[in-house]
Amino acid sequence: MSRLLDITDLHIALPPESQRPYAVQKMNLHLEPNEIVCVVGESGSGKSLTARAVMGLLPKPRVRINQGSVLFQGEDLATASDDRLRQIRGSDISMIFQEPMTALNPVMTIGTQIDEVFRFHDKMSGKERRSRALELLRDVQLPDPEQALKAYPHELSGGQRQRAMIAMALALDPKILIADEPTTALDVTTQAQVLKLIKEMQATHGTGVLFITHDFGVVADIAHRVAVMQNGLVVETGTTDQVLRNPQHPYTQGLIAAVPELAPRAARPRSTETVLKVNNLQKTYRSGGGLFGGKGREVHAANDVTLDLARGETLGIVGESGSGKSTVARCIVRLNDAEAGEILLGDTDLRPLGRAAMRPHRSKIQMVFQDPYASLNPRTRIGKIIAQGPMMYGASAEEARKRTLELLEIVGLDNRAYDRFPHEFSGGQRQRIGIARALALEPEVLVADEPVSALDVSIQAQILNLLDEIRDRMNLSMIFITHDLRVAAQVCDRIAVMQRGKVIEVGPTAELFAAPKATYTQELLAAVPGKGWFLKEDAVQAQAT
Amino acid sequence: MTFWKLFARNRGAVVGLIILLLITFMAATASLFFPEDPFSLAGQPMSPPGENGYLLGSDSLGRDVAAGIAHGAKTSLLIGLLATLVAVFVGIVMGALAGYYGGVIDNLLMRTTEMFQTIPSFIFAILLVAIMKPSIESIVIAIAVVSWPAVARLVRGEFLSLRNREFVQACHTLGMADIRIMLGEILPNCLSPVIVIGSLMVATAILIESGLAFLGLGDPNSMSWGFQIGAGRTLLRSAWWVCTFPGIAILLTVLAINLVGEGINDALNPRLRERT
Amino acid sequence: MSHFTRRLRYVGKRLLQAIPIVLAIIILNFFLLQLAEGDAVDVLAGEAGSATPEYMAELRAKFGLDKPLPVQLAIYLKNVMVLDLGYSFRHDMPVSQLIVDRLMPTVLLMVSTITLAVGFGIVLGLVAAMGLNTWRDTAISIFALITYATPLFWVGLMLIVVFSLNLGWFPTSGMENFAMFYEGWDRVWDIARHLVLPTITLSLFYLALYTRLMRASMLEQSGQDYVTTARAKGVTENRIMFVHVLRNALLPVVTMAGVQVGALIGGSVIVESVFAWPGLGMLAFEALFARDLNLLLGIFLLSALLVVAVNLVVDIVYSTLDPRIEVG
Repeated sequence: MSRLLDITDLHIALPPESQRPYAVQKMNLHLEPNEIVCVVGESGSGKSLTARAVMGLLPKPRVRINQGSVLFQGEDLATASDDRLRQIRGSDISMIFQEPMTALNPVMTIGTQIDEVFRFHDKMSGKERRSRALELLRDVQLPDPEQALKAYPHELSGGQRQRAMIAMALALDPKILIADEPTTALDVTTQAQVLKLIKEMQATHGTGVLFITHDFGVVADIAHRVAVMQNGLVVETGTTDQVLRNPQHPYTQGLIAAVPELAPRAARPRSTETVLKVNNLQKTYRSGGGLFGGKGREVHAANDVTLDLARGETLGIVGESGSGKSTVARCIVRLNDAEAGEILLGDTDLRPLGRAAMRPHRSKIQMVFQDPYASLNPRTRIGKIIAQGPMMYGASAEEARKRTLELLEIVGLDNRAYDRFPHEFSGGQRQRIGIARALALEPEVLVADEPVSALDVSIQAQILNLLDEIRDRMNLSMIFITHDLRVAAQVCDRIAVMQRGKVIEVGPTAELFAAPKATYTQELLAAVPGKGWFLKEDAVQAQAT
Repeated sequence: MTFWKLFARNRGAVVGLIILLLITFMAATASLFFPEDPFSLAGQPMSPPGENGYLLGSDSLGRDVAAGIAHGAKTSLLIGLLATLVAVFVGIVMGALAGYYGGVIDNLLMRTTEMFQTIPSFIFAILLVAIMKPSIESIVIAIAVVSWPAVARLVRGEFLSLRNREFVQACHTLGMADIRIMLGEILPNCLSPVIVIGSLMVATAILIESGLAFLGLGDPNSMSWGFQIGAGRTLLRSAWWVCTFPGIAILLTVLAINLVGEGINDALNPRLRERT
Repeated sequence: MSHFTRRLRYVGKRLLQAIPIVLAIIILNFFLLQLAEGDAVDVLAGEAGSATPEYMAELRAKFGLDKPLPVQLAIYLKNVMVLDLGYSFRHDMPVSQLIVDRLMPTVLLMVSTITLAVGFGIVLGLVAAMGLNTWRDTAISIFALITYATPLFWVGLMLIVVFSLNLGWFPTSGMENFAMFYEGWDRVWDIARHLVLPTITLSLFYLALYTRLMRASMLEQSGQDYVTTARAKGVTENRIMFVHVLRNALLPVVTMAGVQVGALIGGSVIVESVFAWPGLGMLAFEALFARDLNLLLGIFLLSALLVVAVNLVVDIVYSTLDPRIEVG
């Protein structure tokens, strides 16, 4: 009795000029019907390529399987013919991808794309195909299936596109569904819905699901069994309970320890001095309109936003995409111009200030950016990137250099970084450089716009610790933007929740988590995957064993 | 040094570079090998290639075709380079301002480039040269005028996308002045596509110049390949060589420049080469 | 809002945008030509041998050339509105009639060139992309590279040498063999024979352009995510290439086709000159040297309108291919 999917001793070779010879080595993994197996790892672990290898979707010939077998019900897919693979794809084994916008053909309707699955595997008439397609769209709970069939991908939201992809994948009742980070690009509330959908569909159809992810919270919520990958090797496997509560391998233990608890940090005394006050901030975007454009669209990115920040405090602004949290951050740093309201830093209202008037105040409020790969000028050396701030404000070259070296030490980088270029550093290191740059002008307020969202979870923990240290050492006041409630819980003293431009609720972290008043806040908290896991006592217990 | 290594991986580009160097050499030493004025009507007319001491033959007025080609190389390369430099400079300035500031300036630039796109550029060039009376200067100006919009559009696009990049935003938070941001932060990061388009533009400039010369709008004091072909039109039946060889010269030069341009592109954007 | 209404709005918006551009072109041309030395009267007088200042002044008054510039421009603009493009002094005929007479040959040449260049270019680019790095691809790429580097006039002359003078397959110049007084289908066939060499000449450069563009576009689309999804659904490679990739790859090629029309008209000056094709390009060139202001402006205006019209058609075609186009 052969297993549904049995991967044995799999080796996936990379082209000669790559950093390592194998993307995946000596991999053993199996999947049974009616279970969800999560393959979890950080970037570069090889998890995505494993998924593609099963379906024969590796970018041959540069990347290929050169050893091992992938047995699907006894048949080796690694050596199967192209025709056979084509037969299996879509009907016996299906796949859904991470980015629903690019994964769907932008010039074909959803209906046509679903139709294709039927046309290439089954002999149904046009009418039958259409009614089956409608049924599928209803199953995945798309609001208006008739309309969705005729719609183009860009006319649906991210969550709806992903549902359409799930419909396509489950159209012919496949035995295996491979999901390659399908919820990573979605908002947390949408993610919760899609995960629920996948679990339901899996239970109804009895499909075996191979779910790739980097998010342990997701693993905790849906997986029956887990495989942890590091640099192409499977370092640990087991049931969810075993791996998450009692990890054996040091890498797994480290990863799990790095996942922030969904429990608020201990409260710290709040200073009475208000260092930044935002009153009724308003920023609206208008587009379209005009003679032939019909009515224009108005988006209230920041709608009557009021916040305050005490000295030494970290205020978190939490929200999903489109909530306006980034807009508010950028207005505060005066990268955007808000049209109404006040931004009081001390006694000065920064909002109406022109560029020249703003300049002397710039040093007091600085920003750390989200994307470590875009926030440093690729053609400028690190030393110059950090030193140019102080030099613009009158420091001599020598003073600026000294300060830069000090900062490099504070953020944990070697002096030799001074003469290097950004591309020589990893994402986490670049983020440290970004922090050093922000600190160079000795600001009072630091605005951090999703500073760890683009980083792997283990690096994330390091950067969050660094920010903590710096904040204590320099008595900085911080505004921390994030969409991740776990991170917010670890780092913020108070949290403001935003939705569609409005501040829904503000309060100390502990109170917000224990007794959220607004419905939306409750929804947000409920949607966080893996609640009840990754508590610090568990981690301590596991390491003691 | 890595630039040259990457460049050399493209064999076509290397061939192009060699051809280009040869042609430049020929242009530079034209007076050495062909000391007489190429317009002089000294020798035996209608002489086929290889006879009477003419390497590539002579035309109906006794002008040496080979001498014409050697001296014509000077004209074409000179005009090609100058016109491109002017066009690239103007294009960068206009494109940078439009892409960085947006708004009214951008609108104005976009309308202007649309207007230039609507006027057939070759006819516009003819117009300009005729008005300014044909000369090296007027031809350079005319070609530059019809060529800068392409550069401006490219630079505008780059500035538009780079001005919202986070490292530029970081410069704003430092209070950096606009000019410094444009010149020091953004411009160095968009030079690669500009260099590529510039090198290909030299080829286009040479084609326009020879077209103008063919129609009789070339500088009357400078020998040009286009002029030779234009003068040899009526001799197609009897002296085919008068038209053929200068044409081959144009073909080789433009081809060489295109190959070098592609080599530069490959060297500056190495990731695109993975598409084998 | 239905797709149709959206498209209608889009067309309206583009039309409105085109008007100021055309106006700007006319005004620009007008002032540019004023910069040129001499005017039509000087040339006419020069041809007549001599003329007294009084006679020239009389001529100028007759042709309205003595009024102040802004007034001349205003009169011209007013006339353009009623499609009166003025009078050609040189040819002694209204400009509009001259243009109409020469319009057909040019349009004929344009249409056949665009069809050949774009159509064949797409096919060649497709063949090259599908047989990546095979001999087909290399051959097509080399062909494109060489034709892209060849000057139009030289190609035309070489083609005449080979195919007309040596092989005698095609006539050397002109549009028709008037001496034969062909009628009906015979006439069509005669014109077609004369059309072959000019069309091939004019289209070679642009053929190379579209071939390379199509090839690059196909390659770029082949690496997109939706292709992986289609494969994962079990769609055949043929369908992926010809339905998924092709439809997306065509978009930038269609856009380019519109952009190139202006360049084509410029190229037609050369081709019409080489082949003595009786079209607008050659007329424009003659007009320039005769300082025939009205005629030249008329031709410029027409070519601008032609480009605007073609761009509009291209935009409409594009909007049918790409559902993401929005009005705003």
